[in-house]
Amino acid sequence: MSRDNILHKVRTALGRSAAQAVADVPPVRLRVPEAAMEDRIALMMARVEALAGKAVRVPTMEAAREFVAGIIAGKTAVASNAPYLEECGVTGLPGVRSGIREVGELTEVCAKVDIGITSADYALSDTGTLVMLASPAESRLVSLLPPAHLAVVPVERILTGLDELFTILPNPAAQTSSMVLITGPSRTADIEQILVRGVHGPGQVTVVIVG
Amino acid sequence: MSVEFDQKIHDTLANASLQLAIYTATGRLKEKRIEVTAENVLPDYQELRTQANALKKHTIDNLDHYLEEFERNVEAYGGKVVYCKDATEVSDFVLDLAKRRGSKLIVKSKSMTTEEVDLNERLEHHGLESVETDLGEYILQLAHEKPYHIVAPALHKTRYDVADLFTKALHVARETVPEKLTLIARGVLREKFLKADIGISGANFLIADSGAVVLVENEGNARLTTSAPKIHVAVAGIEKVIPRARDLAVFLKLLARSATGQLLSVYTSFLAGPRRVGEVDGPEEFYVVLLDNGRTRLLPDRSKRESLYCIRCGACLNTCPVYRKIGGHSFPWVYSGPIGAIITPQFMGISHEPALPFASSLCGACGEVCPVKIDIPKVLLELRGDVKKMEAREGQNRMEKLAFRVFAWVMTHPRIYEMAGRLAASVAPAGDGKWIGSLPAPMSVGPMKAWLSERDLPPSPSKSFREMWRNR
Repeated sequence: MSRDNILHKVRTALGRSAAQAVADVPPVRLRVPEAAMEDRIALMMARVEALAGKAVRVPTMEAAREFVAGIIAGKTAVASNAPYLEECGVTGLPGVRSGIREVGELTEVCAKVDIGITSADYALSDTGTLVMLASPAESRLVSLLPPAHLAVVPVERILTGLDELFTILPNPAAQTSSMVLITGPSRTADIEQILVRGVHGPGQVTVVIVG
Repeated sequence: MSVEFDQKIHDTLANASLQLAIYTATGRLKEKRIEVTAENVLPDYQELRTQANALKKHTIDNLDHYLEEFERNVEAYGGKVVYCKDATEVSDFVLDLAKRRGSKLIVKSKSMTTEEVDLNERLEHHGLESVETDLGEYILQLAHEKPYHIVAPALHKTRYDVADLFTKALHVARETVPEKLTLIARGVLREKFLKADIGISGANFLIADSGAVVLVENEGNARLTTSAPKIHVAVAGIEKVIPRARDLAVFLKLLARSATGQLLSVYTSFLAGPRRVGEVDGPEEFYVVLLDNGRTRLLPDRSKRESLYCIRCGACLNTCPVYRKIGGHSFPWVYSGPIGAIITPQFMGISHEPALPFASSLCGACGEVCPVKIDIPKVLLELRGDVKKMEAREGQNRMEKLAFRVFAWVMTHPRIYEMAGRLAASVAPAGDGKWIGSLPAPMSVGPMKAWLSERDLPPSPSKSFREMWRNR
């Protein structure tokens, strides 16, 4: 009811008629700088560390599995359904639950375990950001509910920044109902501007770069 | 100036610890913004501002087109758009939805738009529990207060205030360390997230070509609000729409930098519709409430329309010498600072808050820091003009009008001007070369007295400039 009324008010105010064409959207220049892979990796790691996250580089998938095993040691973890995690052998580690496809069970497990393990669709080196698209492989809650988030990311997924992301992915909605950019651990400064990490999301973020 | 406005300003100025809190918090945010927008750190900064302004101008000038495109795409991905003209329509929609789904508990993430329509109070009035989950907003909900600042809502509360509130409301042992207070809130709110049926968020951007809602936050409460419950309702002003997903490359670079001095906020969520087939989690229902609430009222004015470009970063508050003295609660509505001074009277109607456009020294700092280049000082001046025109129509301020006519006449007649100067010099107190703090009793009345209560007059010179010029 209010729909037509509001749209009518908007049109009248702007002096437009229904379905009147619009001029082209002002151009937005997306700049994708040339950056060697080694530079991207170095910047990614520096940015994550600057955000009080942890960044490690390992040469192979086996090394990634061993590193993750060392982190888990004695703790409980849930892994997303990302094929890359399985390829690395992370899903088979003791103490790791994986392969959950039902939301009730996923919520319950994520709310209990110490660590959530995911991969990431992309990483942005300019800002130290992980880009996660919800899919059968990656859920929303694994990187959100547990107090620690560990992401295992192959080097080739490291982009320079937002401009490159939106160049590669001009229409994220076509692929997923949820794209989340994660830049460091959850934080707040709502009490006396004092920085506290781990408010609602994970207080620890570890990025394992493979390759 | 309204009596209440005046009183709150005086209370704030007289409270030394509050003055320090406002000054420190805004100062820190301001410094951080300056660091990350510096030429050597972000050489494109000015170009990004220009692009952001052009994108907002284009979208607002064609708002109906982009609202309809947004609506089509939300529906294509299985969501629903609900247009609401005011507070009652928003709460009626949510109440009806809650009733149909049998929901009692709602979790909310930070949203200035829902503050605008008092959504929590309205829902609680009808027996629903609606819990704020942003730490600052949660503190304010327990204290029954409005946000003090657009991005730092509880900046006026000390850790001891928060400790008192938590002890009283949550019956927990008293803690005064911010980390521990945060943990208490995390525990209480985590349970709410997992039990709630409906999550209500705001929106930083609505993406027309994607039907998506974009949320920017640091705590993770917006992610939880939009991921855990079965139903997600986003409440947004109609002006929040931007054309394309790729435009975010411009706006995201500006928003976090201007708001908190971060390169990006911790979480940026791009949400298009409910959970899709195969996706493991996420809401089953997705609604976007598009709110007018006075916004269409300011669209006809081509010049002041730019007030709707605001992305709520709060940079103008942090840099404003007036906000930094009088604080957020002196302002009569949820929006404070320079942006509040221009949008409040325009959303509510100028007769509602005529004092606001005058709560500025017109120093121009707000316009300089605005990431979308809203010319706030220009809009303030135009609103002052509107207020004066309205007062003239209502027959108010005849004396002021007369005074300015006399002033104009004197200023445009050199002889009269000189005579007036001599007359003023003859009656002004000599001051013996010192600044004059008060006038003799017969002259110290009405506006003169009010003017001098905060200001001193320079000593009157023995000769006028014209006399010196003639005798040179």
